[in-house]
Amino acid sequence: MSDRTPAGAPQPGSEAFEAELRDEIRRELETHGSGSGGPEIVELRDVWLSFGDHEVLRGVSLGVARGGTLCILGGSGVGKSTILRLMLRLLLPDRGEVLIEGRDISAVSRPEALALRERMGMVFQGSALFDSLNVFDNVAFPLYEHTTLPEDEIRERVEEVLSFVDLDPAVVLPLLPSALSGGMRKRVAIARAIAHRPPILLFDEPTSGLDPITTRRIDELILKLRRELHVCVVVVTHDVRSASRIATETALLKDGEIIFSGTPEEMHATEDRYVRAFRG
Amino acid sequence: MRSNAFWRSGEHTSIPERAPKIVPDGSARRSAARLARDAVLRMAFAVEAYCRLLVRVSRACLSQPFYRGDLVQQMDTIGVASIFIVMLTGLFTGMVLALQSAVEMERFGATVYIGRLVGASTIRELGPVLTALIVTGRAGAGMAAALGAMRVTEQVDALRTMGVDPIRKLVVPRFLAALVMLPVVTIIGDAVAILGGLLIAVLTLDFTAQLYINSVWDTLAQSGFVLRVIPIDLIQGLVKPFTFGGIIALTSCFHGLRAEGGTEGVGRATTRAVVTSSILILAADYFLTQILLAMFQW
Repeated sequence: MSDRTPAGAPQPGSEAFEAELRDEIRRELETHGSGSGGPEIVELRDVWLSFGDHEVLRGVSLGVARGGTLCILGGSGVGKSTILRLMLRLLLPDRGEVLIEGRDISAVSRPEALALRERMGMVFQGSALFDSLNVFDNVAFPLYEHTTLPEDEIRERVEEVLSFVDLDPAVVLPLLPSALSGGMRKRVAIARAIAHRPPILLFDEPTSGLDPITTRRIDELILKLRRELHVCVVVVTHDVRSASRIATETALLKDGEIIFSGTPEEMHATEDRYVRAFRG
Repeated sequence: MRSNAFWRSGEHTSIPERAPKIVPDGSARRSAARLARDAVLRMAFAVEAYCRLLVRVSRACLSQPFYRGDLVQQMDTIGVASIFIVMLTGLFTGMVLALQSAVEMERFGATVYIGRLVGASTIRELGPVLTALIVTGRAGAGMAAALGAMRVTEQVDALRTMGVDPIRKLVVPRFLAALVMLPVVTIIGDAVAILGGLLIAVLTLDFTAQLYINSVWDTLAQSGFVLRVIPIDLIQGLVKPFTFGGIIALTSCFHGLRAEGGTEGVGRATTRAVVTSSILILAADYFLTQILLAMFQW
Protein backbone atom coordinates (compact mmCIF):
# COMPACT_ATOMS: atom_id res chain seq x y z
CA MET A 1 0.00 0.00 0.00
CA SER A 2 2.96 2.29 0.43
CA ASP A 3 4.81 4.33 -2.18
CA ARG A 4 6.29 2.43 -5.09
CA THR A 5 10.04 2.11 -5.43
CA PRO A 6 11.09 0.72 -8.82
CA ALA A 7 12.83 -2.64 -8.62
CA GLY A 8 16.62 -2.26 -8.43
CA ALA A 9 16.45 1.43 -7.54
CA PRO A 10 18.39 2.57 -4.47
CA GLN A 11 16.35 2.76 -1.30
CA PRO A 12 15.51 6.25 -0.03
CA GLY A 13 17.93 7.29 2.68
CA SER A 14 20.77 5.11 1.39
CA GLU A 15 24.12 6.52 0.23
CA ALA A 16 23.37 5.44 -3.34
CA PHE A 17 20.03 7.20 -3.25
CA GLU A 18 21.64 10.43 -2.02
CA ALA A 19 24.35 10.23 -4.68
CA GLU A 20 21.84 9.61 -7.42
CA LEU A 21 19.72 12.51 -6.27
CA ARG A 22 22.72 14.85 -6.17
CA ASP A 23 23.69 13.75 -9.70
CA GLU A 24 20.20 14.28 -10.94
CA ILE A 25 20.02 17.78 -9.50
CA ARG A 26 23.44 18.63 -10.97
CA ARG A 27 22.36 17.32 -14.39
CA GLU A 28 19.17 19.30 -14.03
CA LEU A 29 21.02 22.51 -13.34
CA GLU A 30 23.52 21.86 -16.13
CA THR A 31 20.73 21.18 -18.61
CA HIS A 32 18.52 24.11 -17.72
CA GLY A 33 20.95 26.51 -16.08
CA SER A 34 18.84 29.00 -14.19
CA GLY A 35 15.98 27.21 -15.88
CA SER A 36 13.66 29.93 -16.92
CA GLY A 37 13.60 31.94 -20.05
CA GLY A 38 11.29 34.14 -22.06
CA PRO A 39 8.49 36.31 -20.73
CA GLU A 40 7.35 35.85 -17.14
CA ILE A 41 4.05 34.01 -16.98
CA VAL A 42 3.48 34.67 -13.29
CA GLU A 43 4.34 38.16 -12.13
CA LEU A 44 3.52 40.47 -9.24
CA ARG A 45 4.08 44.17 -9.81
CA ASP A 46 4.24 46.50 -6.81
CA VAL A 47 1.57 44.61 -4.87
CA TRP A 48 0.29 46.06 -1.61
CA LEU A 49 -2.14 44.31 0.73
CA SER A 50 -3.41 45.06 4.21
CA PHE A 51 -5.70 43.21 6.60
CA GLY A 52 -7.20 46.02 8.65
CA ASP A 53 -4.32 48.07 10.04
CA HIS A 54 -1.79 45.31 9.39
CA GLU A 55 0.21 45.72 6.19
CA VAL A 56 0.94 42.20 4.92
CA LEU A 57 2.59 43.01 1.61
CA ARG A 58 4.36 46.28 0.85
CA GLY A 59 5.22 46.80 -2.77
CA VAL A 60 6.08 43.21 -3.62
CA SER A 61 7.37 42.60 -7.14
CA LEU A 62 8.50 39.20 -8.40
CA GLY A 63 8.05 36.91 -11.36
CA VAL A 64 8.91 33.59 -12.96
CA ALA A 65 9.10 32.50 -16.58
CA ARG A 66 7.92 29.27 -18.21
CA GLY A 67 10.05 26.33 -17.12
CA GLY A 68 11.31 28.18 -14.06
CA THR A 69 10.84 27.43 -10.37
CA LEU A 70 10.46 30.38 -8.04
CA CYS A 71 10.82 29.66 -4.33
CA ILE A 72 9.38 32.32 -2.06
CA LEU A 73 11.13 32.02 1.29
CA GLY A 74 10.42 33.65 4.60
CA GLY A 75 9.57 33.09 8.22
CA SER A 76 6.14 32.16 9.52
CA GLY A 77 3.39 34.71 9.06
CA VAL A 78 5.26 37.05 6.71
CA GLY A 79 2.69 36.70 3.92
CA LYS A 80 4.17 33.95 1.74
CA SER A 81 0.94 32.00 1.36
CA THR A 82 -0.91 35.28 0.83
CA ILE A 83 1.07 35.71 -2.39
CA LEU A 84 -0.26 32.38 -3.68
CA ARG A 85 -3.79 33.42 -2.71
CA LEU A 86 -3.35 36.61 -4.71
CA MET A 87 -2.16 34.61 -7.71
CA LEU A 88 -5.34 32.53 -7.51
CA ARG A 89 -7.53 35.57 -6.83
CA LEU A 90 -8.67 34.12 -3.54
CA LEU A 91 -7.61 37.58 -2.33
CA LEU A 92 -7.51 40.90 -4.14
CA PRO A 93 -4.59 43.32 -3.70
CA ASP A 94 -5.14 46.84 -2.41
CA ARG A 95 -2.78 48.09 -5.08
CA GLY A 96 -0.59 46.64 -7.84
CA GLU A 97 -0.97 43.98 -10.50
CA VAL A 98 -1.01 40.18 -10.35
CA LEU A 99 -0.25 39.03 -13.88
CA ILE A 100 -0.96 35.47 -14.97
CA GLU A 101 0.18 34.88 -18.55
CA GLY A 102 0.21 38.63 -19.04
CA ARG A 103 -3.31 39.31 -17.71
CA ASP A 104 -4.07 40.91 -14.36
CA ILE A 105 -6.17 38.26 -12.61
CA SER A 106 -7.26 40.78 -9.99
CA ALA A 107 -8.72 43.11 -12.62
CA VAL A 108 -10.45 40.73 -15.06
CA SER A 109 -14.11 39.68 -14.90
CA ARG A 110 -15.13 36.69 -12.76
CA PRO A 111 -15.52 34.25 -15.71
CA GLU A 112 -12.14 35.33 -17.06
CA ALA A 113 -10.60 34.85 -13.63
CA LEU A 114 -12.10 31.33 -13.47
CA ALA A 115 -10.57 30.61 -16.90
CA LEU A 116 -7.17 31.84 -15.65
CA ARG A 117 -7.51 29.69 -12.52
CA GLU A 118 -7.91 26.66 -14.74
CA ARG A 119 -4.42 27.47 -16.05
CA MET A 120 -3.07 26.83 -12.55
CA GLY A 121 -2.83 23.82 -10.27
CA MET A 122 -2.48 24.34 -6.55
CA VAL A 123 -1.03 22.01 -3.93
CA PHE A 124 -2.07 23.15 -0.46
CA GLN A 125 0.01 22.86 2.68
CA GLY A 126 -2.30 20.26 4.20
CA SER A 127 -2.95 18.69 0.77
CA ALA A 128 -6.67 19.72 0.97
CA LEU A 129 -7.86 16.41 -0.46
CA PHE A 130 -11.64 16.00 -0.25
CA ASP A 131 -12.20 13.75 2.77
CA SER A 132 -15.40 12.22 1.46
CA LEU A 133 -13.95 11.20 -1.91
CA ASN A 134 -11.52 8.37 -2.61
CA VAL A 135 -8.24 8.94 -4.42
CA PHE A 136 -9.76 8.31 -7.86
CA ASP A 137 -12.55 10.85 -7.34
CA ASN A 138 -10.14 13.37 -5.85
CA VAL A 139 -7.75 13.22 -8.80
CA ALA A 140 -10.55 13.00 -11.36
CA PHE A 141 -12.41 15.95 -9.81
CA PRO A 142 -10.94 18.72 -12.03
CA LEU A 143 -11.38 16.50 -15.09
CA TYR A 144 -15.07 15.95 -14.38
CA GLU A 145 -15.46 19.67 -13.73
CA HIS A 146 -13.61 21.13 -16.69
CA THR A 147 -13.47 18.54 -19.44
CA THR A 148 -15.91 16.43 -21.40
CA LEU A 149 -13.58 13.44 -21.51
CA PRO A 150 -15.27 10.04 -21.55
CA GLU A 151 -15.09 7.92 -18.40
CA ASP A 152 -12.39 5.53 -19.69
CA GLU A 153 -10.12 8.43 -20.70
CA ILE A 154 -10.57 10.03 -17.30
CA ARG A 155 -9.59 6.76 -15.63
CA GLU A 156 -6.59 6.48 -17.93
CA ARG A 157 -5.51 10.06 -17.15
CA VAL A 158 -5.92 9.50 -13.40
CA GLU A 159 -3.78 6.36 -13.53
CA GLU A 160 -1.19 8.18 -15.64
CA VAL A 161 -0.77 11.09 -13.20
CA LEU A 162 -0.70 8.75 -10.18
CA SER A 163 2.07 6.76 -11.84
CA PHE A 164 3.86 10.04 -12.57
CA VAL A 165 3.95 10.81 -8.84
CA ASP A 166 5.19 7.25 -8.14
CA LEU A 167 2.00 5.86 -6.65
CA ASP A 168 0.55 2.53 -7.68
CA PRO A 169 -2.93 3.27 -9.09
CA ALA A 170 -4.12 -0.28 -8.45
CA VAL A 171 -3.41 0.17 -4.76
CA VAL A 172 -4.33 3.75 -4.01
CA LEU A 173 -7.32 4.42 -6.30
CA PRO A 174 -10.02 3.11 -3.95
CA LEU A 175 -8.47 4.49 -0.76
CA LEU A 176 -9.88 7.43 1.17
CA PRO A 177 -7.42 10.24 2.04
CA SER A 178 -7.59 9.23 5.72
CA ALA A 179 -5.93 5.92 4.79
CA LEU A 180 -2.89 7.62 3.23
CA SER A 181 0.38 8.71 4.84
CA GLY A 182 1.42 12.39 4.77
CA GLY A 183 3.78 11.87 1.85
CA MET A 184 1.20 9.92 -0.14
CA ARG A 185 -1.44 12.57 0.48
CA LYS A 186 0.97 15.18 -0.85
CA ARG A 187 1.61 13.09 -3.95
CA VAL A 188 -2.11 12.59 -4.56
CA ALA A 189 -2.54 16.37 -4.17
CA ILE A 190 0.18 16.89 -6.78
CA ALA A 191 -1.50 14.34 -9.06
CA ARG A 192 -4.79 16.23 -8.69
CA ALA A 193 -3.08 19.54 -9.43
CA ILE A 194 -1.51 18.26 -12.67
CA ALA A 195 -4.46 16.12 -13.83
CA HIS A 196 -5.88 18.80 -16.12
CA ARG A 197 -2.34 19.67 -17.32
CA PRO A 198 -2.06 23.28 -16.18
CA PRO A 199 1.03 25.23 -17.29
CA ILE A 200 1.45 26.80 -13.83
CA LEU A 201 1.81 24.93 -10.54
CA LEU A 202 1.65 26.54 -7.12
CA PHE A 203 2.90 24.79 -3.98
CA ASP A 204 2.21 25.98 -0.44
CA GLU A 205 4.85 24.54 1.91
CA PRO A 206 5.09 21.24 0.00
CA THR A 207 7.56 19.65 2.42
CA SER A 208 6.21 21.01 5.68
CA GLY A 209 5.75 18.28 8.29
CA LEU A 210 7.41 15.59 6.18
CA ASP A 211 10.43 13.51 7.14
CA PRO A 212 13.74 14.23 5.33
CA ILE A 213 13.43 11.26 2.97
CA THR A 214 9.88 12.12 1.92
CA THR A 215 10.97 15.76 1.63
CA ARG A 216 13.65 14.75 -0.88
CA ARG A 217 11.14 12.64 -2.79
CA ILE A 218 8.78 15.60 -3.08
CA ASP A 219 11.69 17.83 -4.18
CA GLU A 220 12.61 15.24 -6.76
CA LEU A 221 9.03 15.20 -7.95
CA ILE A 222 8.97 18.98 -8.35
CA LEU A 223 12.16 18.77 -10.44
CA LYS A 224 10.55 16.03 -12.50
CA LEU A 225 7.46 18.18 -13.08
CA ARG A 226 9.63 20.96 -14.42
CA ARG A 227 11.78 18.65 -16.50
CA GLU A 228 9.06 16.50 -18.05
CA LEU A 229 6.01 18.74 -18.09
CA HIS A 230 7.88 22.06 -18.56
CA VAL A 231 5.55 23.79 -16.14
CA CYS A 232 6.20 27.02 -14.31
CA VAL A 233 6.39 26.35 -10.58
CA VAL A 234 5.95 28.74 -7.67
CA VAL A 235 6.82 27.26 -4.28
CA VAL A 236 6.24 28.91 -0.93
CA THR A 237 8.50 27.43 1.70
CA HIS A 238 10.65 28.17 4.72
CA ASP A 239 12.91 25.20 3.97
CA VAL A 240 16.12 26.71 2.55
CA ARG A 241 17.71 23.34 1.76
CA SER A 242 14.68 22.24 -0.20
CA ALA A 243 14.58 25.60 -2.03
CA SER A 244 18.27 25.25 -2.92
CA ARG A 245 17.53 21.89 -4.55
CA ILE A 246 14.53 22.87 -6.64
CA ALA A 247 14.63 26.62 -7.31
CA THR A 248 15.86 28.47 -10.34
CA GLU A 249 14.93 31.75 -8.63
CA THR A 250 14.50 32.59 -4.97
CA ALA A 251 12.87 35.53 -3.24
CA LEU A 252 13.12 36.20 0.48
CA LEU A 253 10.19 37.95 2.13
CA LYS A 254 10.55 39.91 5.36
CA ASP A 255 8.03 42.29 6.91
CA GLY A 256 5.97 42.30 3.74
CA GLU A 257 8.88 43.22 1.47
CA ILE A 258 11.17 41.23 -0.81
CA ILE A 259 14.59 41.82 0.75
CA PHE A 260 16.48 39.48 -1.58
CA SER A 261 15.87 37.90 -4.96
CA GLY A 262 18.22 35.89 -7.11
CA THR A 263 19.36 32.37 -7.89
CA PRO A 264 20.00 29.87 -5.08
CA GLU A 265 23.74 30.30 -5.72
CA GLU A 266 23.43 34.05 -5.30
CA MET A 267 21.47 33.52 -2.10
CA HIS A 268 24.23 31.32 -0.72
CA ALA A 269 26.89 33.84 -1.78
CA THR A 270 25.24 36.97 -0.43
CA GLU A 271 26.66 38.68 2.65
CA ASP A 272 23.33 40.15 3.72
CA ARG A 273 23.03 39.50 7.43
CA TYR A 274 19.34 38.50 7.44
CA VAL A 275 19.73 36.20 4.43
CA ARG A 276 22.71 34.55 6.09
CA ALA A 277 20.81 34.16 9.32
CA PHE A 278 17.82 32.73 7.48
CA ARG A 279 19.76 30.15 5.52
CA GLY A 280 21.43 29.07 8.79
CA MET B 1 14.88 45.95 35.41
CA ARG B 2 14.54 46.03 39.16
CA SER B 3 17.70 45.16 41.09
CA ASN B 4 17.96 42.13 43.33
CA ALA B 5 17.98 44.52 46.30
CA PHE B 6 14.53 45.71 45.30
CA TRP B 7 13.09 42.17 45.30
CA ARG B 8 14.81 41.32 48.59
CA SER B 9 13.40 44.44 50.21
CA GLY B 10 9.90 43.16 49.82
CA GLU B 11 8.88 46.51 48.34
CA HIS B 12 7.07 44.77 45.52
CA THR B 13 4.58 43.28 47.96
CA SER B 14 3.88 46.41 50.00
CA ILE B 15 0.92 48.68 49.47
CA PRO B 16 1.99 52.09 48.17
CA GLU B 17 1.58 54.85 50.68
CA ARG B 18 -0.59 56.87 48.37
CA ALA B 19 -2.67 54.58 46.26
CA PRO B 20 -3.46 56.05 42.88
CA LYS B 21 -6.95 57.50 42.94
CA ILE B 22 -9.33 56.13 40.32
CA VAL B 23 -11.09 59.08 38.80
CA PRO B 24 -14.23 58.26 36.82
CA ASP B 25 -13.42 59.91 33.52
CA GLY B 26 -16.07 58.17 31.46
CA SER B 27 -13.57 55.90 29.69
CA ALA B 28 -15.23 52.72 31.02
CA ARG B 29 -18.59 53.96 29.82
CA ARG B 30 -17.10 54.83 26.44
CA SER B 31 -15.48 51.41 26.03
CA ALA B 32 -18.76 49.69 26.97
CA ALA B 33 -20.53 51.80 24.36
CA ARG B 34 -17.86 50.87 21.83
CA LEU B 35 -18.24 47.17 22.61
CA ALA B 36 -22.01 47.43 22.25
CA ARG B 37 -21.63 49.29 18.96
CA ASP B 38 -19.17 46.66 17.68
CA ALA B 39 -21.55 43.87 18.66
CA VAL B 40 -24.43 45.54 16.83
CA LEU B 41 -22.23 46.11 13.79
CA ARG B 42 -21.08 42.48 13.80
CA MET B 43 -24.69 41.35 14.02
CA ALA B 44 -25.69 43.67 11.16
CA PHE B 45 -22.84 42.39 8.96
CA ALA B 46 -23.78 38.79 9.77
CA VAL B 47 -27.43 39.43 8.84
CA GLU B 48 -26.29 41.08 5.60
CA ALA B 49 -24.00 38.13 4.81
CA TYR B 50 -26.84 35.68 5.60
CA CYS B 51 -29.21 37.53 3.26
CA ARG B 52 -26.56 37.63 0.54
CA LEU B 53 -26.04 33.89 0.93
CA LEU B 54 -29.80 33.36 0.56
CA VAL B 55 -29.83 35.43 -2.65
CA ARG B 56 -26.78 33.59 -4.07
CA VAL B 57 -28.24 30.20 -3.21
CA SER B 58 -31.62 31.10 -4.73
CA ARG B 59 -29.93 32.25 -7.95
CA ALA B 60 -27.70 29.17 -8.07
CA CYS B 61 -30.75 26.90 -7.67
CA LEU B 62 -32.11 28.25 -10.94
CA SER B 63 -28.98 27.98 -13.09
CA GLN B 64 -26.29 25.55 -14.23
CA PRO B 65 -24.10 23.75 -13.23
CA PHE B 66 -26.23 21.65 -10.92
CA TYR B 67 -24.83 18.78 -8.86
CA ARG B 68 -27.56 16.11 -8.99
CA GLY B 69 -25.41 13.41 -7.40
CA ASP B 70 -24.71 15.61 -4.39
CA LEU B 71 -28.42 16.44 -4.10
CA VAL B 72 -29.35 12.75 -3.92
CA GLN B 73 -26.58 12.11 -1.39
CA GLN B 74 -27.76 14.99 0.78
CA MET B 75 -31.40 13.85 0.57
CA ASP B 76 -30.18 10.57 2.00
CA THR B 77 -28.08 12.23 4.72
CA ILE B 78 -30.64 14.85 5.77
CA GLY B 79 -33.85 12.93 5.18
CA VAL B 80 -33.52 9.17 5.03
CA ALA B 81 -30.91 8.96 7.78
CA SER B 82 -33.11 11.09 10.07
CA ILE B 83 -36.27 9.02 9.66
CA PHE B 84 -35.61 6.57 12.49
CA ILE B 85 -34.90 9.19 15.14
CA VAL B 86 -37.87 11.29 13.97
CA MET B 87 -40.13 8.22 14.19
CA LEU B 88 -38.89 7.48 17.67
CA THR B 89 -39.50 11.07 18.76
CA GLY B 90 -42.92 11.08 17.13
CA LEU B 91 -43.95 7.81 18.77
CA PHE B 92 -43.15 8.96 22.29
CA THR B 93 -44.57 12.44 21.73
CA GLY B 94 -47.86 10.99 20.51
CA MET B 95 -48.01 8.59 23.45
CA VAL B 96 -47.27 11.32 26.00
CA LEU B 97 -49.81 13.66 24.40
CA ALA B 98 -52.50 11.00 24.59
CA LEU B 99 -51.67 10.17 28.20
CA GLN B 100 -51.56 13.77 29.38
CA SER B 101 -54.71 14.82 27.55
CA ALA B 102 -56.54 11.74 28.84
CA VAL B 103 -55.89 12.84 32.42
CA GLU B 104 -57.25 16.34 31.80
CA MET B 105 -60.17 15.33 29.58
CA GLU B 106 -61.38 12.61 31.86
CA ARG B 107 -62.42 15.32 34.34
CA PHE B 108 -64.86 16.69 31.78
CA GLY B 109 -65.87 13.33 30.33
CA ALA B 110 -64.34 14.37 27.01
CA THR B 111 -61.88 11.54 26.44
CA VAL B 112 -63.48 10.86 23.05
CA TYR B 113 -61.72 13.99 21.82
CA ILE B 114 -58.25 12.67 22.49
CA GLY B 115 -57.79 11.75 18.83
CA ARG B 116 -58.72 15.30 17.84
CA LEU B 117 -56.26 16.81 20.28
CA VAL B 118 -53.40 14.53 19.35
CA GLY B 119 -54.08 14.92 15.62
CA ALA B 120 -54.46 18.70 15.61
CA SER B 121 -51.51 19.48 17.88
CA THR B 122 -49.23 17.02 16.09
CA ILE B 123 -50.01 18.05 12.53
CA ARG B 124 -50.18 21.79 13.11
CA GLU B 125 -47.42 22.38 15.63
CA LEU B 126 -45.56 19.62 17.40
CA GLY B 127 -44.79 17.51 14.33
CA PRO B 128 -43.16 20.25 12.24
CA VAL B 129 -41.35 21.93 15.13
CA LEU B 130 -40.07 18.79 16.85
CA THR B 131 -38.98 17.25 13.57
CA ALA B 132 -37.16 20.43 12.60
CA LEU B 133 -35.38 20.59 15.95
CA ILE B 134 -34.37 16.94 15.71
CA VAL B 135 -33.08 17.40 12.16
CA THR B 136 -31.23 20.54 13.27
CA GLY B 137 -29.44 18.59 15.99
CA ARG B 138 -28.66 15.71 13.71
CA ALA B 139 -28.23 16.90 10.14
CA GLY B 140 -27.75 20.65 10.73
CA ALA B 141 -24.89 20.06 13.13
CA GLY B 142 -23.43 17.59 10.64
CA MET B 143 -23.64 20.12 7.81
CA ALA B 144 -21.96 22.87 9.84
CA ALA B 145 -19.23 20.52 11.06
CA ALA B 146 -18.57 19.09 7.58
CA LEU B 147 -18.39 22.50 5.89
CA GLY B 148 -16.42 23.96 8.80
CA ALA B 149 -13.88 21.14 8.57
CA MET B 150 -13.66 21.66 4.80
CA ARG B 151 -13.05 25.36 5.35
CA VAL B 152 -10.32 25.04 7.97
CA THR B 153 -8.52 22.31 6.00
CA GLU B 154 -8.54 24.49 2.85
CA GLN B 155 -10.83 22.13 0.94
CA VAL B 156 -13.19 25.03 0.20
CA ASP B 157 -10.24 27.00 -1.18
CA ALA B 158 -9.24 23.93 -3.21
CA LEU B 159 -12.70 23.96 -4.81
CA ARG B 160 -12.29 27.63 -5.68
CA THR B 161 -8.86 27.08 -7.19
CA MET B 162 -10.37 24.40 -9.41
CA GLY B 163 -12.91 26.93 -10.66
CA VAL B 164 -15.81 25.41 -8.68
CA ASP B 165 -18.24 27.67 -6.84
CA PRO B 166 -18.51 26.30 -3.27
CA ILE B 167 -22.05 27.70 -3.00
CA ARG B 168 -23.21 25.58 -5.93
CA LYS B 169 -21.26 22.50 -4.96
CA LEU B 170 -21.77 22.53 -1.19
CA VAL B 171 -24.71 24.73 -0.23
CA VAL B 172 -27.27 24.33 -3.02
CA PRO B 173 -27.57 20.50 -2.76
CA ARG B 174 -27.98 20.73 1.04
CA PHE B 175 -30.50 23.55 0.74
CA LEU B 176 -32.69 21.77 -1.84
CA ALA B 177 -32.39 18.43 -0.05
CA ALA B 178 -33.58 20.00 3.20
CA LEU B 179 -36.48 21.78 1.45
CA VAL B 180 -37.67 18.49 -0.05
CA MET B 181 -36.92 16.09 2.79
CA LEU B 182 -38.15 18.05 5.82
CA PRO B 183 -41.83 17.85 4.74
CA VAL B 184 -41.41 14.14 3.93
CA VAL B 185 -39.81 13.36 7.27
CA THR B 186 -42.42 15.50 9.07
CA ILE B 187 -45.31 13.57 7.50
CA ILE B 188 -43.72 10.32 8.65
CA GLY B 189 -43.15 11.77 12.14
CA ASP B 190 -46.78 13.00 12.29
CA ALA B 191 -48.11 9.60 11.25
CA VAL B 192 -46.05 7.80 13.89
CA ALA B 193 -47.10 10.32 16.58
CA ILE B 194 -50.75 9.73 15.77
CA LEU B 195 -50.02 6.01 15.87
CA GLY B 196 -48.44 6.46 19.32
CA GLY B 197 -51.62 8.20 20.48
CA LEU B 198 -53.62 5.31 19.03
CA LEU B 199 -51.59 2.79 21.01
CA ILE B 200 -52.31 4.58 24.28
CA ALA B 201 -55.96 5.14 23.39
CA VAL B 202 -56.50 1.47 22.60
CA LEU B 203 -54.29 -0.14 25.22
CA THR B 204 -54.94 2.05 28.26
CA LEU B 205 -58.15 4.01 27.59
CA ASP B 206 -60.19 1.19 26.06
CA PHE B 207 -60.88 3.09 22.84
CA THR B 208 -61.49 1.28 19.61
CA ALA B 209 -59.02 2.04 16.84
CA GLN B 210 -61.90 3.11 14.60
CA LEU B 211 -63.14 5.66 17.13
CA TYR B 212 -59.66 7.17 17.53
CA ILE B 213 -59.01 7.37 13.78
CA ASN B 214 -62.43 8.94 13.16
CA SER B 215 -61.65 11.48 15.83
CA VAL B 216 -58.35 12.38 14.15
CA TRP B 217 -60.01 12.62 10.76
CA ASP B 218 -62.77 14.86 12.19
CA THR B 219 -60.25 17.44 13.26
CA LEU B 220 -58.63 17.43 9.85
CA ALA B 221 -61.98 17.73 8.10
CA GLN B 222 -63.23 20.45 10.43
CA SER B 223 -60.71 23.04 9.24
CA GLY B 224 -61.69 22.49 5.63
CA PHE B 225 -60.03 21.37 2.41
CA VAL B 226 -58.00 22.87 -0.39
CA LEU B 227 -59.06 21.61 -3.84
CA ARG B 228 -61.68 19.54 -1.94
CA VAL B 229 -59.20 16.79 -1.03
CA ILE B 230 -56.20 18.24 0.80
CA PRO B 231 -56.93 19.15 4.43
CA ILE B 232 -55.96 22.73 5.30
CA ASP B 233 -54.27 21.45 8.46
CA LEU B 234 -52.02 19.31 6.33
CA ILE B 235 -51.10 22.30 4.16
CA GLN B 236 -50.19 24.20 7.30
CA GLY B 237 -48.25 21.20 8.50
CA LEU B 238 -46.23 21.13 5.26
CA VAL B 239 -45.57 24.84 4.75
CA LYS B 240 -43.78 24.95 8.07
CA PRO B 241 -41.32 22.08 7.55
CA PHE B 242 -40.58 23.39 4.05
CA THR B 243 -39.58 26.73 5.57
CA PHE B 244 -37.76 25.09 8.47
CA GLY B 245 -35.77 22.96 6.02
CA GLY B 246 -34.52 26.10 4.30
CA ILE B 247 -33.63 27.68 7.64
CA ILE B 248 -31.70 24.62 8.84
CA ALA B 249 -29.65 24.21 5.66
CA LEU B 250 -28.93 27.88 5.12
CA THR B 251 -28.00 28.59 8.74
CA SER B 252 -25.84 25.49 9.08
CA CYS B 253 -24.00 26.16 5.82
CA PHE B 254 -23.62 29.84 6.72
CA HIS B 255 -21.90 29.07 10.01
CA GLY B 256 -19.91 26.17 8.57
CA LEU B 257 -18.46 28.29 5.77
CA ARG B 258 -17.48 31.00 8.26
CA ALA B 259 -15.61 28.61 10.57
CA GLU B 260 -12.06 29.61 11.37
CA GLY B 261 -9.45 28.75 13.95
CA GLY B 262 -8.95 25.02 13.46
CA THR B 263 -10.98 22.29 15.13
CA GLU B 264 -12.06 24.60 17.93
CA GLY B 265 -13.52 26.94 15.33
CA VAL B 266 -15.42 24.04 13.77
CA GLY B 267 -16.91 23.25 17.19
CA ARG B 268 -17.93 26.89 17.68
CA ALA B 269 -19.49 27.04 14.21
CA THR B 270 -21.46 23.86 14.88
CA THR B 271 -22.80 25.16 18.19
CA ARG B 272 -23.75 28.47 16.59
CA ALA B 273 -25.47 26.68 13.72
CA VAL B 274 -27.63 24.56 16.06
CA VAL B 275 -28.51 27.43 18.41
CA THR B 276 -29.28 29.92 15.64
CA SER B 277 -31.31 27.39 13.64
CA SER B 278 -33.34 26.42 16.71
CA ILE B 279 -34.13 30.03 17.57
CA LEU B 280 -34.99 30.88 13.96
CA ILE B 281 -37.25 27.82 13.73
CA LEU B 282 -39.20 28.78 16.85
CA ALA B 283 -39.49 32.42 15.75
CA ALA B 284 -40.48 31.46 12.22
CA ASP B 285 -43.07 29.05 13.64
CA TYR B 286 -44.82 31.91 15.43
CA PHE B 287 -44.91 34.16 12.37
CA LEU B 288 -45.94 31.33 10.04
CA THR B 289 -48.77 30.39 12.39
CA GLN B 290 -50.01 33.98 12.36
CA ILE B 291 -49.85 34.12 8.57
CA LEU B 292 -51.48 30.72 8.03
CA LEU B 293 -54.26 31.44 10.50
CA ALA B 294 -54.91 34.75 8.75
CA MET B 295 -54.97 33.02 5.36
CA PHE B 296 -57.13 30.03 6.16
CA GLN B 297 -59.25 30.78 9.19
CA TRP B 298 -59.95 34.49 9.63
